[in-house]
Amino acid sequence: MFGYILRRIAVAIPTLLLLIVVSFLLMHAAPGGPFTQERALPPQVLANLNAKYGLDDPLWRQIVNYVWGIVAHFDFGPSFVYPDRSVNQIIAAGFPVTLTYGALSFAAAVLVGVSLGVTAAIRQNSWIDYLAVGTSIGAQVLPNFVMAPILVLVFTLWLGWLPGGGWGGPIFWIMPVIAMSTSFMASIARITRSSMLEVLGSNHIRTARAKGLPERKVILRHALKPALLPVISYLGPAFVSMITGSVVVDMYFSTGGIGRSFVDSALNRDYAVMMGITILVGALTILFSLVVDVLYAWIDPKIRY
Amino acid sequence: MIDTQQMNSLAARMAEAEVKGRSPWADARRRFRRNKAAMVSLVVLVVVILFAIFGSHLAAWSNEEMDFSVMGQAAQLGAPSWASGHYFGTDDLGRDLFSRTIQGTQVSLMVGLIGAGIAVVVGTLYGATAGYVGGRTDAVMMRIVDILLAIPYMFVLILLLVVFGRSMSMLFLGIGLISWLEMSRIVRGQTLSLKNREFIEAARATGVPGWKIIIRHIVPNLLGVVAVYATLLVPLMILSESFISFLGLGVQEPLTSWGALISEGAGTMNYGTLWQLAFPLFFFCITLFAFFFVGDGLRDALDPKDR
Repeated sequence: MFGYILRRIAVAIPTLLLLIVVSFLLMHAAPGGPFTQERALPPQVLANLNAKYGLDDPLWRQIVNYVWGIVAHFDFGPSFVYPDRSVNQIIAAGFPVTLTYGALSFAAAVLVGVSLGVTAAIRQNSWIDYLAVGTSIGAQVLPNFVMAPILVLVFTLWLGWLPGGGWGGPIFWIMPVIAMSTSFMASIARITRSSMLEVLGSNHIRTARAKGLPERKVILRHALKPALLPVISYLGPAFVSMITGSVVVDMYFSTGGIGRSFVDSALNRDYAVMMGITILVGALTILFSLVVDVLYAWIDPKIRY
Repeated sequence: MIDTQQMNSLAARMAEAEVKGRSPWADARRRFRRNKAAMVSLVVLVVVILFAIFGSHLAAWSNEEMDFSVMGQAAQLGAPSWASGHYFGTDDLGRDLFSRTIQGTQVSLMVGLIGAGIAVVVGTLYGATAGYVGGRTDAVMMRIVDILLAIPYMFVLILLLVVFGRSMSMLFLGIGLISWLEMSRIVRGQTLSLKNREFIEAARATGVPGWKIIIRHIVPNLLGVVAVYATLLVPLMILSESFISFLGLGVQEPLTSWGALISEGAGTMNYGTLWQLAFPLFFFCITLFAFFFVGDGLRDALDPKDR
């Protein structure tokens, strides 16, 4: 197990380095420099700017400096558009917000999704089963960028219950969390339901029932654990799409997370910020998939590495 | 005692069944036809495609015209009506939403089909090669796929679109770059189970070269899995494109797509022009629904495990 984790980390590091180098080269290949403006800058000013940001060094040195800055000091460099702010500051301003509603959405999706799926499997072909299956199909075609405007329309414009945007107390968290978690909740419910149905029909459950265990214990102790395996392997991809979804949430509810900074920097051609966020998200994704795999191995002792 | 008549009829039935032997494909077709949701979805898909191809002949306004009598007062005058010829209403510039929806449908369907097409061609060949060759080549090829899958592709796609300019070809390239990854994994798994079967061994024993075995013997046997996954991939591609267009980074004016139309509709719904959101959203939802159901139906029809 320990060796497996080490091996996974050994793969994760080159992946991350590749991501950094590729995004750096992309940025370098972009037509026009970061200081290209409608009115051309005097050559001396441009030279000074390039010297300040280290853009007059040879390419390999720039890459080495950039990577070294991230690895050694966790420093993503200065923003090209806002001279008084560093990429670190921009990320530090938005990341707590993203983390707050992201974690809440993730927890909501897993908890509600799993309980809905289990209930639907236990009471197969009852109304709650049909409700779970129906909503999970519906949520598949209503992605977050469709959910968000509909939520605002209903809860802010028609009912006037919730604020349409901004970031403050828990009342501001409700709509972002709903918009972000619904489709994952639905997918998790569907996966849980089908794997639970499969597990409930297997021999060890019959044995558990035959030896007279209470039904509660059969479900929670013997059926739920193996039934959760497909759900856990779904969590990795779900995490990636959730991070992507944060872009929509930030755009729509003006929550001010890193998704907003990402889109803003994309539209302003602030490459340093874009790269910083892409690398941060990539690192989080890789870390998360590592955690998921370890969790998988911990739950399923049959897996050998 | 044996009833002669019964035996005769039984014999007749058996003979009949022998004559009318069914191929696995015919079996699958029959199962698919029995699946009501999938059949209805197939009809919906055909209607949407016909709408995209021939809808512009029904439109009273072209997608480039602006109705100056409505311009700037879409909320009061731009509502859907038969009389004005704006069946789906107009946007605030006076452009006919019916024609714009047709145009968006064409673009979105094209993105979905091309994205899935790239995935089918590249993913199948890549996965079949990796699985058939095996050994170190397989390990390296699949490790590359693992690394690419670990990258947050939506962010990279946005990075690509910003750096190299927003254009349709860049969008196709970006979506095509990532769409084949999952496909190649699935295909590789299937190839691994195929490659030790007798007919492959026979081909190898008679001296058929490796690439020919892959193309002539392995790929045709993968078609079922590939077809199912491709059908499920089309809506995912449409979703990706809509997401990018929703952010304003995808398809640019005067072209449009479902994502761009939904984004615009969502932005203007405060002003009371709900139809701008409703019509594109309707087509978007029914098409995705239909693709998912057809994909599920195909899987049930072709997968011998869950019969």
